[in-house]
Amino acid sequence: METRASLVDTLAQTWLFADLSRPELEAVAHEFDEEAFAAGQRVLRQGLSGSSLYVILDGSAVVRHNGEELARLGRGDFFGEISILTEGPPTTDIVAEGLLHCLVIPRPEVERFLLERPRVMLRMLRAEANRLRGMLEWQS
Amino acid sequence: MVVVGSGPGGLQAAYELQRLGVDYAVLSADDAPGGMFRTLPIFERLISWTKPEAPYARGSREYELYDHNSLVADEERCQACVPSLMDRTWDVPSRAEMEAGLARFAGLADLRVRYGCRWEATRSDGAGFVLETSDGEYRCRAVVFAVGVTTPWTAPIPGLDQATHYVDVRRANEYDGRSVFIVGKRNSAFEIANSLLPWARRIVLASPRAIRTDVLGHSPLRTRYLQPLDEHVRGGFGTSIVDASIERVERTADGFRVHAVGTSWDGPLVFDCDEVIAATGFRAPLRDLPRLGVDTVSDGRIPAQNAFLESVSVPGIYFAGNATLGSPGLRKQGLSSNSGSVNGFRYNARVLVRHLAEKHFAVDPPRPLVEPDRLVSHLLRELATAPELWIQKGYLCRIVNRGEDGLRDDGILPLQVFVDEPGPDACAIAVEMAADGTIYPSVYLRLQNRVAEHPLPPHPLHDYETAEHRRALSELVEPLLGSA
Repeated sequence: METRASLVDTLAQTWLFADLSRPELEAVAHEFDEEAFAAGQRVLRQGLSGSSLYVILDGSAVVRHNGEELARLGRGDFFGEISILTEGPPTTDIVAEGLLHCLVIPRPEVERFLLERPRVMLRMLRAEANRLRGMLEWQS
Repeated sequence: MVVVGSGPGGLQAAYELQRLGVDYAVLSADDAPGGMFRTLPIFERLISWTKPEAPYARGSREYELYDHNSLVADEERCQACVPSLMDRTWDVPSRAEMEAGLARFAGLADLRVRYGCRWEATRSDGAGFVLETSDGEYRCRAVVFAVGVTTPWTAPIPGLDQATHYVDVRRANEYDGRSVFIVGKRNSAFEIANSLLPWARRIVLASPRAIRTDVLGHSPLRTRYLQPLDEHVRGGFGTSIVDASIERVERTADGFRVHAVGTSWDGPLVFDCDEVIAATGFRAPLRDLPRLGVDTVSDGRIPAQNAFLESVSVPGIYFAGNATLGSPGLRKQGLSSNSGSVNGFRYNARVLVRHLAEKHFAVDPPRPLVEPDRLVSHLLRELATAPELWIQKGYLCRIVNRGEDGLRDDGILPLQVFVDEPGPDACAIAVEMAADGTIYPSVYLRLQNRVAEHPLPPHPLHDYETAEHRRALSELVEPLLGSA
C-alpha cells in the first residue's frame, strides 16, 4: 500500500484514458478526486439522485439490481454513465468487493469532460457498443 | 481512548469524549493548542468568516452559522471563543486570534492534553493499538488521529524541489520588484499571489486544471483571494493565471526557467523568473500508518475513511480534523463537504465520538422523544437553521426514528449512513445543492429498510418554514406518524 503508483501513472494505464497525453492526464488527475471504498461499501445507489461517473483505478466491484448480482467490474471499468446520460438516478447498486479505488467525475462535470476529450468519449461509446452487443448475444 | 493532536480537530474530539464520560488522553507534540496557527496560513488571515455581530446571540446554536472558527460546546462559557478575541479589522480571524481562541476553549473546557508528547510509532496488539511516544507507550482500544494536513507536499515535477515551498515563503516586501512563478491554483497559491500584488513585478500562477468561477460554490477554492484572477481576466497587468502542466523547473544564472505545456490551450510555455514557489499543497503526517495498512488517496496524502471517519482498511483507526476530507460522503452533484475546515470538521468530531462511545464504550447517547404533532415543526426548524445541516450540506443529516415507544430524535449523523445502513422506519433531513447551485431542503424516508428521496422546494431566502413546506413534509412523514 505504501508503494501505490502515482495517480497520473495509474490513469496512464487505464484503458479509457489511453489516448490522452501526459499533460492531459495531469489535468485529469488535478481536476478530479480519487476515492477509496471499503469492502461492502456502496459506490452507486439504486434510485438515489445526483451520482457521479466512476472509473475503477484498483480493485473490483459488483453490480446489483434489487439485491441480485448482475456483473463484476474490475480495473479500468467505469460506471455511472448511464444514469448521467439518461438524466435519471442509477438503476443498480455498485458495491465494492474488496478495497476499491476510483476516479470520480462529478455529474455536473461529465458533459464538459467528454466534450473536451473526444477520444475518451469515443472509447466510452465503444465500450457501450460492446456491452449492448454482449446483451443482444446473451438474449438470442 | 487516545487522541493524537491538539489542533481544532483533536480538541473538539477531546471535548466530546469528556462530555460523554469516555476516558481519554490527548497527546500533543506541541507545547500549547493549535500549533499550526503559529506558522500557517503564511499571510496571517484565515479564509473562513467569524462575524462578531450577527442576527443571533453569540453562543446560540444559530450563531454557529456566523462563526466558522470557534469550536462547539454545550456550556455557555466554552462557546464562541474566537469572536471576542478578534480586533475586527476583518471578519475572518488572524491566526494569532485563532490560536488564542483554541487555548481559551481548551482551558475553559478543562481538556486534559499531554503537551510535549510526540507520537513516534504505532503497532497493533490484537486488542487495539500501542502508540510509542516520547513519553512512553500508550495502549488504547481505538485511536483518533487529529494530526492535520500540514506537512508540505511538493508535486513530483522535475526540478520543483529547488523551488520555495509555500510554507517557506518570506515576507511580501522581500519580493519587491521580483518576477514570481507560482505552481498551483488553489487557496494557498492565491493567498501568496494576493499578498505579493503590491510588491512583485510579475506574477504567474500555473497548474494543469482550469479555474471555473461558475462552479466555485462546489469547489474547495474560496473567493477570498481572487483579486489576482480578477486582474488576469481584465487583461493581465502583470498577473497571469495559466492552465498548464509544468514539465520541469531549471535553475539559471540569475533565477529559474519553467517549462510547461498548455492544458486548456495547445503549445509550450517557457517562462524565466526570479523565483518559483511550489503551492502544491500538504499531506497528513501519517508516519508509519501506511505500513500498518492504512490506505490513502491523492498520492498518499489523505487517509481514506468510511462514513464514520474510520480507516477503510484498518478498523479502530479513526481521524478527526482536516484529514476527514478523506471521508467524502455521498458527494451528490459533486458537492464537496466542508470537512477541510473547522466549521465542518467540528461537527464531524461530534459524530465520530458519539459513534466511538456507542461502539467501543457502550455509552447510549440521549435520543429525546418527539411528540408526533411537533415532528413537522421540529424538522422544518432544523432545515431552516441547523448549522450542521447548512455547513455540511448533503453530508450530515438529522434523523428521527420510529421506535417502540414513539418518535425519537436520533441526532446528527452522516447522510451516507442513513442511506446505506439498515435501521428502523425513520426520516432524515438534509440541506442540499442542485447541479446549478440552488440550495434546497431534502427529506429521506426509510420504510422497511427501503430509502426514498424527496426534495422539497427551494426558497429565495432559505425560509423552509412556509405553509407549502409544512404541507409537503406533513404528507411525507404521514407513514411514520400512522402507528407512532
